[in-house]
Amino acid sequence: MSIKLNALFSDSYVDVSQYRDQHFKGNRYEQEKLLKQANTLYVGNLSFYTTEEQVYELFSKSGDVKRIIIGLDKVKKTACGFCFVEYYTRTDAENAMRFVNGTRLDDRIIRTDWDAGFKEGRQYGRGKSGGQVRDEYRQDYDPARGGYGKVVSRP
Amino acid sequence: MSRRRHSDGDDGGQSHKRRRTSEPIEIEDRLESLICRVGEKSTSSLESNLEGLAGVLEADLPNYKNKILRILCAVARLLPEKLTVYTTLVGLLNARNYNFGGEFVEAMIRQLKETLKANLYTEALYLVRFLCDLVNCHVIAAPSMVAMFENFVSVTQEEDVPQVRSDWFVYVVLSSLPWVGKELYEKKDVEMDRLLNQIDGYLKRRLKTHVPMLQVWTAEKPHPQEEYLDCLWAQIQKLKKDRWQERHILRPYIAFDSVLCEALQHNLPPFTPPAHMPDCQYPMPRVIFRMFDYTDAPEGPVMPGSHSVERFVIEDNLHNIIKSHWKERKTCAAQLLSYPGKNKIPLNYHIVEVIFGELFQLPCPPHIDVMYTTLLIELCKLQPGSLPQVLAQATEMMYMRLDTMNTTCIDRLLNWFSHHLSNFQFRWSWDDWTDCLALDADKPKPKFVKEVLEKCMRLSYHQRIVDIVPPTFSALIPADPIFFYKYQDEANSALPGYAVAITVGNAIKNRASNEEILTVLKDVPNPNQEDDDDEGEGFNPLKIEVFLQTLLHLAAKSFSHSFSALAKFHEILKVLTDCDEGKLHILRVVYEVWRNHPQMISVLVDKLIRTQIVDCAAVANWLFSPNMAHEFTRFYVWEILHSTIRKMNKHVQKIQKELEEAKDKLERQQHKKQKDSGDEEDMEKNSEDEDGQLEEQIERLQEKVESAQSEQKNLFLVIFQRFIMMLTEHLVRCETGSVDFSTPWYKNCIERLQQIFLMHHVTIQQYMGTLENLLFTAELDHHILAVYQQFCALQL
Repeated sequence: MSIKLNALFSDSYVDVSQYRDQHFKGNRYEQEKLLKQANTLYVGNLSFYTTEEQVYELFSKSGDVKRIIIGLDKVKKTACGFCFVEYYTRTDAENAMRFVNGTRLDDRIIRTDWDAGFKEGRQYGRGKSGGQVRDEYRQDYDPARGGYGKVVSRP
Repeated sequence: MSRRRHSDGDDGGQSHKRRRTSEPIEIEDRLESLICRVGEKSTSSLESNLEGLAGVLEADLPNYKNKILRILCAVARLLPEKLTVYTTLVGLLNARNYNFGGEFVEAMIRQLKETLKANLYTEALYLVRFLCDLVNCHVIAAPSMVAMFENFVSVTQEEDVPQVRSDWFVYVVLSSLPWVGKELYEKKDVEMDRLLNQIDGYLKRRLKTHVPMLQVWTAEKPHPQEEYLDCLWAQIQKLKKDRWQERHILRPYIAFDSVLCEALQHNLPPFTPPAHMPDCQYPMPRVIFRMFDYTDAPEGPVMPGSHSVERFVIEDNLHNIIKSHWKERKTCAAQLLSYPGKNKIPLNYHIVEVIFGELFQLPCPPHIDVMYTTLLIELCKLQPGSLPQVLAQATEMMYMRLDTMNTTCIDRLLNWFSHHLSNFQFRWSWDDWTDCLALDADKPKPKFVKEVLEKCMRLSYHQRIVDIVPPTFSALIPADPIFFYKYQDEANSALPGYAVAITVGNAIKNRASNEEILTVLKDVPNPNQEDDDDEGEGFNPLKIEVFLQTLLHLAAKSFSHSFSALAKFHEILKVLTDCDEGKLHILRVVYEVWRNHPQMISVLVDKLIRTQIVDCAAVANWLFSPNMAHEFTRFYVWEILHSTIRKMNKHVQKIQKELEEAKDKLERQQHKKQKDSGDEEDMEKNSEDEDGQLEEQIERLQEKVESAQSEQKNLFLVIFQRFIMMLTEHLVRCETGSVDFSTPWYKNCIERLQQIFLMHHVTIQQYMGTLENLLFTAELDHHILAVYQQFCALQL
């Protein structure tokens, strides 16, 4: 009786993406395992002005939030447009992937992805200028993310 | 690929064997895929697809019969929205292979027994409906179906069984009739009439105490919130009057009539409904949610009436689509919008009505609330020219009817609306709602707008809210979420404790140790004591105030700052709040300083509970205290209370799980010992120690579980007692003053009491005895007692 009909009832919003943290301490297999069990989500494309309170309010809709770590510019120590959201249970995190990912926070479509778990140091942007890598190279003007990308502002 | 190339080379005879072993799994997957996908969008017609698939399956029967049987049983159970597609398929297979048809029917009956045993009543319902439609496909003989129905309806004659049991069996029969009523009446009209008479008698005598608790609106106009069996009965009556002419259901088998009527039919074996057992959990009764009728869809196809069977079938199918695809919002939206027969109905209205019906369902929505928000957003994306307008129309209608809407449903509505707006730049025609400004602030409409704006602010910021509403709405704009520090400036220097507050503040900034800070705090006089004969270790409200106000002031910048502060000074806080009064006072201080920032109060209370600085009962007592009476109807208060109850419940579940796991471990260990007996003395001694340790752990966990369960029970008793006190006081006061008791406050309060029962009904079931004997006794005012009785009626 327990046939599941995999052909039909997919749950693709919960799937792990292609991104892998290059600074992860451990092998690919360990990283995959942690991602499949994770209660933590990476949240990207935030405005620099999005507050912890706003993130709390939105992500609480899929369950109790254990903690939020706002991503910071490594040099300026100010918010640089990403954060981590950790839930108490995997189910709550899965519901965030299904129903919060791809919706708007602070008028911006945000993106969530599984994270292997917060470790000290991971709250900092890894771009050369201190922010996120994506803000180093982008060409467009985004007033909520410091204006032009760094490569454009540099002569 | 490479395997095939390789086998063409050296292996010779071996290549055939290798190829064959990899294929069966692939074929099985392919079969599953073919069966699951039949009926989806295709370049060929449904009929030719079914014909083709029947041919393929017939050919595969010799080798894959069991797999095919299992797949077909599964789609019968899990895909009710495609019922008639699959019954046609089975019909075609039966026409080609009579034995297979017989085996399928047997497998279905087996599955039916299993689902009933496993409390899977919804799936069992779909299985019976499938069997019914097989009558239309000439697979099952009508008289044997009628016999099954007779056995189902005879459950209504059983004594001493929960009403929800007989309800379910009646529902199964009635809800199958849109599909098979015509056929059954053609063959066995006398028996069917007798059946319907029996059902009529049952419906007339069954109790409906539970209904008021489940209704979304208390008003009968414009749409009565009917009990689900009553509504279905009216629909079947109408269908019977129309001589069972039903035109909405897609029936592919009609096209195959010439083939199918040649087939031999099978008889259902006699089926006795399994007897009632104490652990049977029948579905809860429902109320049918209606918010639209034919007057609401201005142009285009007309909406079928509320007692038409078309309405039933459409709603049933839409609910089933959501049930199948709720995890994937894009697929779900697409499937809803491609509903077969959509050109004949105002589909957008049906979809919106069904979605809100689920969102407002009491006790709980079938799926997590936030799913409905994102599903509606997806639907708006797919139909940008039409769906947003229907949604706006729905919102407007619900606003107009707030006065009679259940408080729990208002909560869900404002959560949905504020979240929805945040995805659309908060654009709304607020001017349309200026009528609420003329009303008292405690009336439902202005209250709703105020709470919506507060929720919107949590997803944005204060100035944004000021900008999005017309200036006339300023009274409803939420307060600026600032911190109120008692010892802010020199002007407050006369306040007792002011000087210590400054000292403590500096000590914290200079990273003094906990001991140093406690020493500083010793200087705070205790307003509760005349002479300071003890060390000042007892409850000192001023000490708590000075320390906590200062600490939270320094940490006011963000949630993270405040959480760090609570963590860092956890020890001090524990010392200061060692007694119940201390716990209550700490909550009061949190409210005092953050009274303009309810979201911060919520998260701080959550942290205080999780770090065990306050317990759940303290939070309940605080929310019900006279100090908080003016906040009692605010949404955030109930967010906090329900969150507190949930934490308590999860805590109990967690320890129970640990206990179960420890018990399982002991059992496994002892089992293993039995198998490895005859070892050396040493090993036996070690395992005895291990056992001893585990047994000790189990004993400790047992105590922990009992203690947690006791705390949980106490929490509910505190809450119920407080409700009873408040409501009784209000009712008595109104009676002596000859004033109407039914004020907005009363409606809110009594519905919040209902909400406690509904939202936590699983846990509360355990305490029914205590509740009945201790609290909800016959002496209670009948208005309050009615809530308890309605709750009891939900599962009886």
